Amino acid sequence: MAASNPAAGEQYDYEIIKKFTVMAIVWAVVGMFVGVYIASELAWPFLNFDIPYITFGRFRPVHTGAVIFGFGGSALFATSYYVVQRTCQARLWGGGLIPFTFWGWQAVIVLAALSYVNGYSQGREYAEMEWPIDILVEIVWVSYMAVFIGTLMKRKQPHIYVANWFYLSFLLATALLHTFNNLAVPVGLFSMKSYSLFAGAQDAMTQWWYGHNAVGFFLTAAFLGMMYYFVPKHAGRPVYSYRLSIVHFWALSFMYMWVGTHHLHWTALPDWASTLGATFSIMLLLPSWGGMINGIMTLSGAWDKLRTDYVMRFMIVALSFYGMSTFEGPLMSLKDVNALSHYTDWTVGHVHSGALGWVAMISFGSLYHMMPRLWNTKLYSDKLVGVHFWLATIGVLLYITAMWISGISQGLMWRAFDDFGNLQYSFVESVAAMHPFYAMRAIGGMFFLSGMCVMAFNAYMTIRQGVREANLVGQTAGAAA
Amino acid sequence: MKFSHEILETNAGILLIGTMIAISIGGLVEITPLFLIKDTVEDVPGVRPYTPLESRGRDIFVREGCYTCHSQMIRPFRDEQLRYGHYSLAAESKYDHPFQWGSKRTGPDLARVGGKYSNEWHVQHLNQPTSVVPESVMPNYPWLAKTPLDYSDVADRLRALRTVGVPYSASEAEYQANVKQFGAEVANTLRIDKAQENLVAQAQAGNYDGDRSFVSEADALIAYLQVLGTMVDFSKVKPEDLVKYR
Repeated sequence: MAASNPAAGEQYDYEIIKKFTVMAIVWAVVGMFVGVYIASELAWPFLNFDIPYITFGRFRPVHTGAVIFGFGGSALFATSYYVVQRTCQARLWGGGLIPFTFWGWQAVIVLAALSYVNGYSQGREYAEMEWPIDILVEIVWVSYMAVFIGTLMKRKQPHIYVANWFYLSFLLATALLHTFNNLAVPVGLFSMKSYSLFAGAQDAMTQWWYGHNAVGFFLTAAFLGMMYYFVPKHAGRPVYSYRLSIVHFWALSFMYMWVGTHHLHWTALPDWASTLGATFSIMLLLPSWGGMINGIMTLSGAWDKLRTDYVMRFMIVALSFYGMSTFEGPLMSLKDVNALSHYTDWTVGHVHSGALGWVAMISFGSLYHMMPRLWNTKLYSDKLVGVHFWLATIGVLLYITAMWISGISQGLMWRAFDDFGNLQYSFVESVAAMHPFYAMRAIGGMFFLSGMCVMAFNAYMTIRQGVREANLVGQTAGAAA
Repeated sequence: MKFSHEILETNAGILLIGTMIAISIGGLVEITPLFLIKDTVEDVPGVRPYTPLESRGRDIFVREGCYTCHSQMIRPFRDEQLRYGHYSLAAESKYDHPFQWGSKRTGPDLARVGGKYSNEWHVQHLNQPTSVVPESVMPNYPWLAKTPLDYSDVADRLRALRTVGVPYSASEAEYQANVKQFGAEVANTLRIDKAQENLVAQAQAGNYDGDRSFVSEADALIAYLQVLGTMVDFSKVKPEDLVKYR
């Protein structure tokens, strides 16, 4: 019996998933800590301490890099390796490439952070990594694609499960975006500095084509892949609509690539390009909500789980934030709204309602689901999952409320005229008016970070428990033999 | 034959190709024309590549991540016109590798900050922003005026920029072409063989940080800030000439 039906841990490669799971949690704590720190720098500027390495400008990419690529990336590696193996009923393909994707990716995150604090930056948002690190990313990414697609090819199931479509789309798009947005000429073979191949308007277009699709594929399509496996699995229900998943997958993959120009409304980019971006942004609401509806409706018949199961709550609240953010996004991409919202904290709030509310929460849910299965034990404490849930939810709400108020106030103050037709406020008056909201945002971040620390503790205890139990089983087995 | 989605779901290769097509179209349609349509970048006189000193200043601007809080892109609104000046033209950043339009104004837009404040103001402001703007939340940058500017590789930097299309001259023929396009005075500053010499000369003459004993990073950064938005003389550009580009 045991020989014909081996435990999942032996049938599949779980070691690599465990490593990525641990690092996802580590990078979440680090990245969110840096986030809270830079948020505090804006509220209380003395925190810059006149130290070049930690000034806001250099520290901000450390935050975005650690949370997007460190936490988000590691969570995606972990879940995609888990999902592709289980849905294909095949062990990971790739041999030495598999551990290479782990060590390579971790090296990327560490090197990127070190280079930022030392002042090496391409000056492109979310793509600040200089050319040597970009090349490393490229190599790791191609290896990742090889492992993933190689595993798909040797599947024992004739059908490729929907979650894998999304992961595949994310893999391809990220490779495409990373390659073209980082085309640059280095100053020398031994110089970290490079200059981007494109200039001005074309460079802006390429960067925001990258920038928005880093959101669209790295932070959305991939996490939808996560959603399509873990929500039905945890709810014990089939996906709500198969047809909807097909339609929204193709629509999402196609349309996202057009919308980057909404970051460049009213700029020196030609009007036709930004109008196209706005048009597709509005249309994108439909496939986005298609995914949200498919996820939430999967729970029909199992709604009672929301009352008792905090892991389920994480997933459903994540989907709700996804729905909210993908409604807010198209709204902000309208030129008239964008005239007010662009350059303000509203954008920052919008990003975080997506990143904390959707990306982080769906990851928390998925990681909590995965951990006991990986280490073959129970979660150390379900109660602490609940504590994490509330800290995280309160944190997000404080954060986005603060940013809505400050963003809209900034926009209105900048364009306010007095009775004589002069500008009513100087710029710095708008800066001073933001102080309470910057403080509130930092506090929101602290809530979210403390929730994350609770998760880290819970994960540590769960893993310890799992290892102990495994040792115990090993000992009894040894004694019996 | 009736199309069935099953074909895609059961063939990894077809799914891969289908996905690749779906994600490629948007970028192709929006990006390629920008290189082909001539009207994308306006034809206005005055825009020139940065001098070696300004270019090094720009490197420091990028290094310190100034773009995370300051935009360099003025939008065509009445309030922005009053606060910052004429809306930004694509031509004004046509030599900017990378572009620094920014996405956030925690501090004000800098597209036309050149000439707005004195060099002394900039020195003091970089050293401690709250000493001139008490409510500012900008970090202090006291190390800029104290750190000597590394300009040993400035020629290599200009050469790299030349490779990506900025007309720094590496030969007599290119120099002559620059004389024709920008005039002799500017063309001289674009010579790669004279990059170091020109850099030091501009720092000495400009005395941006008020200390001629050495060329500091503040010299370079302030030289860059002081040229931002000043290249196009808007008294000579008629609005109707620009309208056709928008």
